Amino acid sequence: MAAATTALPSSSKSHPPITILKRARADVPLSQNKFSKKTARGKVLNILRERYLRDDIPCGVEGCQVCIDYPGYRSVLPLKGYTDHTKYGQGQGHWLVIDTNIVLHQIDLLTALPISLPLIIPSTTIRETRHRSLPLYNRLQQLIQDEDRLIWVWWNEEARETATLPKEVEEGREKESINDKNDRAIRQVLHFYPEHLSAALSKSMKPPKLILLTDDRRNREIADGEGLLAVSARDYVDGLIGEERARLVDLVVGGVDEVSAGEKKGKRIYQDYLPQDTLLAGVKTGRYHQGHFNANQYNYLEGTVNIPGLNKPVLLVGREAMNRSVNGDVVVVEILPESEWKAPGSEVVDQDVALRDDDADDDESPGLAERERAKAKEDIMDVDEETKRKPKNILPTGKVVGIVKRNWRAYVCHLDRSSLSDAALTSSSQQTVFATPLSTSLPRIRLRTRQAPQLLDQKILVTIDSWSINSRYPDGHFVRSLGKVESKEAEQESLLLEYEVPYRPFGRAILNCLPEEGDKWKVPVKTAESLEWRDREDLRDLIVCSIDPPGCQDIDDALHARRLPNGNIEAGVHIADVSHFVHPDNPMDSEAASRGTTVYLVDKRIDMLPSLLGTNLCSLRPFVERLAFSVIWEMNEQAEIVKVRFAKSVIASKEAFTYEAAQLRKDDKSLNDPLTQSIRLLNTLAIKLKEGRLKAGALSLSSPELKIHLNSSESTEPIDVEQKQQRETNSLVEEFMLLANISVAAKIQETFPATAVLRRHCPPPKTNFEALQDILQKRKNMTLDVSSSGALAKSLDACVDPKEPEFNTLVRIMATRCMLSAEYFCSGSVSKETYGHYGLASPIYTHFTSPIRRYADVLAHRQLAAAINYTPLHPSLQSKSHVEKTLSVVNKRHRLAQMAGRASVEFYVGLALKSRGEKTGQVGGKSSREEAFVIRTFKNGLAVFVSKLGLEGLITFQKDTHTFDPDNYTINVPAPSGTGTANGIGQMIGISVFDKITVDISIEKNQNTQRGKVKMVMVGPVNSENL
Amino acid sequence: MSSSRIEILNDGGLRHDARRPYELRSTSFQLNTHPTAEGSSTVTQGLTTVQVSIFGPREPRQRSQASHDKAIISVEVGVVPWAQGGGGVKRVRGDKRLQEIGASIRQTFEPVIMTHLYPRSEITINVQVLSADGGILPTSINATTLALISSGISILDYTTSISIGLYLKQPLLDLSHVEEQDLPNLVIASLPNSGKITLAQMETRLHVDRFEEMLSLGVEACQVLKTEMEDVVKSQTEKIVERMGVRSVVSSGMAVDE
Repeated sequence: MAAATTALPSSSKSHPPITILKRARADVPLSQNKFSKKTARGKVLNILRERYLRDDIPCGVEGCQVCIDYPGYRSVLPLKGYTDHTKYGQGQGHWLVIDTNIVLHQIDLLTALPISLPLIIPSTTIRETRHRSLPLYNRLQQLIQDEDRLIWVWWNEEARETATLPKEVEEGREKESINDKNDRAIRQVLHFYPEHLSAALSKSMKPPKLILLTDDRRNREIADGEGLLAVSARDYVDGLIGEERARLVDLVVGGVDEVSAGEKKGKRIYQDYLPQDTLLAGVKTGRYHQGHFNANQYNYLEGTVNIPGLNKPVLLVGREAMNRSVNGDVVVVEILPESEWKAPGSEVVDQDVALRDDDADDDESPGLAERERAKAKEDIMDVDEETKRKPKNILPTGKVVGIVKRNWRAYVCHLDRSSLSDAALTSSSQQTVFATPLSTSLPRIRLRTRQAPQLLDQKILVTIDSWSINSRYPDGHFVRSLGKVESKEAEQESLLLEYEVPYRPFGRAILNCLPEEGDKWKVPVKTAESLEWRDREDLRDLIVCSIDPPGCQDIDDALHARRLPNGNIEAGVHIADVSHFVHPDNPMDSEAASRGTTVYLVDKRIDMLPSLLGTNLCSLRPFVERLAFSVIWEMNEQAEIVKVRFAKSVIASKEAFTYEAAQLRKDDKSLNDPLTQSIRLLNTLAIKLKEGRLKAGALSLSSPELKIHLNSSESTEPIDVEQKQQRETNSLVEEFMLLANISVAAKIQETFPATAVLRRHCPPPKTNFEALQDILQKRKNMTLDVSSSGALAKSLDACVDPKEPEFNTLVRIMATRCMLSAEYFCSGSVSKETYGHYGLASPIYTHFTSPIRRYADVLAHRQLAAAINYTPLHPSLQSKSHVEKTLSVVNKRHRLAQMAGRASVEFYVGLALKSRGEKTGQVGGKSSREEAFVIRTFKNGLAVFVSKLGLEGLITFQKDTHTFDPDNYTINVPAPSGTGTANGIGQMIGISVFDKITVDISIEKNQNTQRGKVKMVMVGPVNSENL
Repeated sequence: MSSSRIEILNDGGLRHDARRPYELRSTSFQLNTHPTAEGSSTVTQGLTTVQVSIFGPREPRQRSQASHDKAIISVEVGVVPWAQGGGGVKRVRGDKRLQEIGASIRQTFEPVIMTHLYPRSEITINVQVLSADGGILPTSINATTLALISSGISILDYTTSISIGLYLKQPLLDLSHVEEQDLPNLVIASLPNSGKITLAQMETRLHVDRFEEMLSLGVEACQVLKTEMEDVVKSQTEKIVERMGVRSVVSSGMAVDE
């Protein structure tokens, strides 16, 4: 028995000793947490939770003899505090303690505080932040984990000395609110530290002072009463010395005090939001509805809310109805009675123009109010008119009664020059200015800054802090400057920020996950005990090649095909074995998961994985051995699959083709080597595969793809733009990738029915097509059958205008816009009937073929590896909730990456147009004359699409000489006056949707926003300049 | 909402009730808490309190169940209505969940109790959960061991039990109700002297790589519990011996009187 007992402790050395905590009887009141909770059904539960008081929470003070042996002790807080402060800099300087409001409102200031400023964060602050806002909590965590900073977390609720209890309710006194209790808990920390230090340090040493940073005035008053030092963020920053002060002063958010002062002054514009529980109860009973707010980018006074469960979006008309919601917020709307329902207006209302003269300091200037009221009236009239005319366009109309979640982030803005007075252009006093966000669906943001003159022609990052009921604009603060407007660096960074693309370089922890050999890594020699070769097939002798766009560095896939002795054909797709290098749950994996995808901009690629992997070790480059994950089919002549198998393999690619080179090689009749034959074989199979797919009802959709020619890789001056060409070999690669994805999807779904990573494309609701169907019917007398993807494909094929070869492409583009976007999902979270991919007409689909640039593929690789018993499946991939969470991030990133890519192309198209204009030497950059199709008509303008440039533009008519016929999607404009008298009733020319017009495209810089704007002017059939 | 949920293990390495991963909750072991039962005990671990009373060995209530060479063990489990932690659901006797706990207790003790010493008889274990905050089964097993000891029924060894949860890669010992709901967990009961495991029960999925680590950790924790239990039993026995000593003095005094 003695032997047994001694044996046990020796095996337990790997972990701390197992102990039983003893709770003293005296601790009972502090160690029990009693509260009541209301359940979803409205039942009240009394909950009792235990809490142990600890005596071993380390204080983190340099040289503290008491805490040095406590687990987790690090020497963080220096004995000499921060001294560069006019008020608190004397003696040993000071440490700061922050409360929750500082984190919630001043996070930008907090992250910008000097690194050498010691900061104590009580756990109450962290917990409350977590409760209030997850994004802010994450930023706080990032701050805390920054090792360079002197930040110490004091677990005040857990430590015996600072644990607090809610105060008992006493007669004649108000019950202490949770906020008050938390404030008291935080103040307790300031009482504790000096006491602790005086006990822990020798008497001769004077500890630094502790200062409570809080914007809550009441808290400061109580702290003063208790003999503590408390200061507001503004006062604190004002007291900093020199540069730090100048740097930080703009980051301070107005603070609670000022808002309350403002409230008395102005009259209210908006209604108050309903209390949170009323909202939730209302949503539950169906009285209110919850959804995402989408601002209308053509009209700033209109927005819609998409509500799951309703097949039409809810329309919000006017400022009051939108009630301070910002694009992307989750809002709660009340739907008005049906008699008040309206149709969306058909006029373009540009905020920049409409509110040009609004004064930032005082939004109650009478002129403005008048103007806006007139505008609003006009607008409502427009809406009313629209409503009368088109009863079928009427949407449920509502108003916002509350916000569930703000999705505010930092926005890229320009300062609005007109909001600055001339005198202010040189002064560095604090002034209130407007910042105009890049995105037209956002309101202008009011901010106070001392550096307005310097910021004028810069792109800046601004966050919204609050939006009070008596302000037309949200209040925000300046975060940082991105650089000069139109400099490529600033534009690029602003683009990445705008689409939330994480673009920071990979950190050390991530790079440490790379193989030690670096770029010298090679596939080891094949031996029995080699780890890399375990269970791998040796496919080095296969004639494998890759076909990619020119200049492609991250080669994901390679292919081969050959005849088998039995007459069948063996075709193989070999995908880079990324999961061999990226192991689950290490820093590189989590970074890749949060990046989700590689983002391709015109002149830059933001990698998902470090480039050593992406462009070298994983990339299936020719003439070297690489690890791969292979899908190998045996097919018959008709390209029907006889057998499929999956294997980890080692391949050696024989050639890396571009699409063009592969096409040439295939077509060159003089060549007959195995590689060429392999390509031909693949091509014949691909043609049959495609046939089969189209027969099954797959759609061939279209979105304009452009190629931008850059001058040289360094200067990144765009020279010209052209549409990408599609070759036979493009479709060859595509077909095999689709086939591989489908085969893999079926396999992983079969093995892991609950957690397989799949991709689907839901069939679009029929109502989405209504508008397009109507236009096609009326304008071209064509019908669109949307009953199934096959029917749609057929009727799209029939939409041909023999005179306009591009017309079909245009209809395809417009049809694509009616569809939903494809998404990744976890197979266990939706019903099996909805797995299908509408566009590809495949019952099941996933992404497997590009693991270097998409994270979902990495997951699919891991699942497939487990499905063929190569490795056990990592536990995270067995948890449905984890897979769901990861995929929702990947979905979001994927969407944003696409948008960023498109925006980048747009920016370069702009630059290209400009340089084209400069070359031709014309003034004002009025350069390109292109043909365009009308895709939408408004009451006062046209939206057109230039297919050659993939550019969409807006043409507005200023004068009222035109008439609008919304039923026929036609706008009638007077014919050129040369033919008749100017004042007489001239001939009218109708311009309708799908008409081809000629436009002049130029880049115009808006004086107010400094934003380069594509300006289009119609020149034919009528010049719109005078309209 | 995820933001309002409690943190299972925070960055300071503390659990929601400020324990560290390898710390068990406060325990109290009491013997002979039921006046009429052959043996009884009340065990409190954290806020979970369980009282176990042993009746028997006695004649089986149903003759047909009797076994000619060993005693049969029957277990009844009940939860008092005011015991919280059931998520507001009142459990009555005969509830599936309670039956399952009863079956687990029976299976745990069948190999431990030397049933061959009590042929043709029945030993009834009556478990009453007085308050619940996670770990009903391990606490019940611990209480049963003590009750058996106090009843004087022969057993092979102490049987102690503990629940082990897994948060990411970190095993947590002795889960509270909140943790139990969130984490995959394993309940083991072992005979600490021999290191044998008589019960390993898992209702959630767990990665196989972590299982071994958790199992060996659980066995160690059972050892710790046993040491604690043994102290209580010894001091109780000492008290009894002391009292017996007193009585023997009295009786000898009476002898003098005679």
